[in-house]
Amino acid sequence: MSLPPPAAVICGLLIVLIPFSLVGIALMNCGLGRSRSAAHIILSTMLVAATAAIVYVICGFAWQGFPGSPGYALVVGGKQWNWIGSGRWFLAGISFDDEPALLAASLGMFSAILAAAIPLGAGGERWRLAPIAASAALMAGWTFPVVSHWVWGGGWLAQLGQNYDLGIGFADSGGAATIQVLGGLSALSVAWIIGPRRGKYSSEGLPAAIPGHNMVFVMCGGFLAWVGWTCLNSAAAILIYGASPSRIALVAMNSMLAAGSALATTVLITRARFSKPDASLSANGWVGGLVASSASAAFMPPAAAILVGIVAGALVPFCIEWLELYLGVDDPGGAIAVHAVCGIWGLFSAGIVGRFPNAAPNQLLAQLAGIATLLGFVFPFLYVVNSLLNRFVPFRVAHDGERQGLDLHELGANAYPELAGHIDDFMPR
Amino acid sequence: MKLAGFLLLVAGGFIALTSIVVLPSSSARSGFMVAGLAVELVGLILVFRAHMPSKEERG
Repeated sequence: MSLPPPAAVICGLLIVLIPFSLVGIALMNCGLGRSRSAAHIILSTMLVAATAAIVYVICGFAWQGFPGSPGYALVVGGKQWNWIGSGRWFLAGISFDDEPALLAASLGMFSAILAAAIPLGAGGERWRLAPIAASAALMAGWTFPVVSHWVWGGGWLAQLGQNYDLGIGFADSGGAATIQVLGGLSALSVAWIIGPRRGKYSSEGLPAAIPGHNMVFVMCGGFLAWVGWTCLNSAAAILIYGASPSRIALVAMNSMLAAGSALATTVLITRARFSKPDASLSANGWVGGLVASSASAAFMPPAAAILVGIVAGALVPFCIEWLELYLGVDDPGGAIAVHAVCGIWGLFSAGIVGRFPNAAPNQLLAQLAGIATLLGFVFPFLYVVNSLLNRFVPFRVAHDGERQGLDLHELGANAYPELAGHIDDFMPR
Repeated sequence: MKLAGFLLLVAGGFIALTSIVVLPSSSARSGFMVAGLAVELVGLILVFRAHMPSKEERG
């Protein structure tokens, strides 16, 4: 892996701006939750960032690697299946003047943080700080690096092209699989393990509406996520897939088009169904469009980005409703629908509308193989490790703590001290 | 039901990946890939059903 100096500088600048997406996610999760746990969700996101960054640098990058770095491979049917990197811990052996390796480590660190932060949306208002940090450590120290090695580190999914003539191999130029689907599936496992918020479902199984406390946070979070996502999609396309820096303009346009068409679709759908557009669902639709565009933003025509966004914008409100109403999954931040479902749609659509350079035919088959791997192997693994973690560090806060709010229970003070108490509209005493 | 669902997820993954290694033609690969994903879908439905909130978790 080598980069011309201007591309390396641009890539570095783009990576520096990726944390905007983390701020966006934090604000959205905060606004979609109740005021009694507002500070807790922001602190949780910062804690996830701190834990994931440290653990990733200690061991994560060693197992992730980057294209061309050493790795361990199994031989299956006479072909090499490179499944994990064999680098050294603490970034040892990497020269600080070796731009590609350092840029890959930096991109990987921010990506690991994002993947670990996504489940916070599903566990909001009932997930304690200690298990949040432990889960983030597992994600950044093992799950993300291994999956990222398969996709971004020259691993077996990336090699499907050269080994089995499947397109360019599993393509994910902005982290739809390594960040979004991984984080979204982890969010689903956390939502199952932790259970719904108290008062969310009646004894007949009907869900109660628990509105978010600040829609301005949610909307502004969506805007910040847009900036971060565009930079993430651009940096990964340049660094991992060798796209020319001039593609940044295409990425910016496609990300905007996908987010915009997704938002417009969600606004129209919620307007048609509820007689007025729903602000929180529409903001989630916007992010769903960004997520779906992540798989191939640098390699699809703008018209395709609009199509990808429209489908993502339709998926978000229906999936959120299905999960809540029929499947009994309480996901206050909409993380499962936005990140897992739209991420899978983005990966699938990349096989149809993606125009990857020097690609063999059958790109769609490579994308399906990647999706099957995420659902068939990564998801059960995430569920098992989170369940085991829950045995040692119980995820769920005590009943009283949930009633008080996590701000008061875990942090000792409310985010909004002028609000002396909370009216427990939704909470039976 | 939960265990059966997760086993089906893993089985579907194996069907999908094995098709790439074992089958030479892209049409046969596509057929088995879709079959693998269908098995995963059934597994996912079972796991979802197993996690429906119980009476104690409601209210």
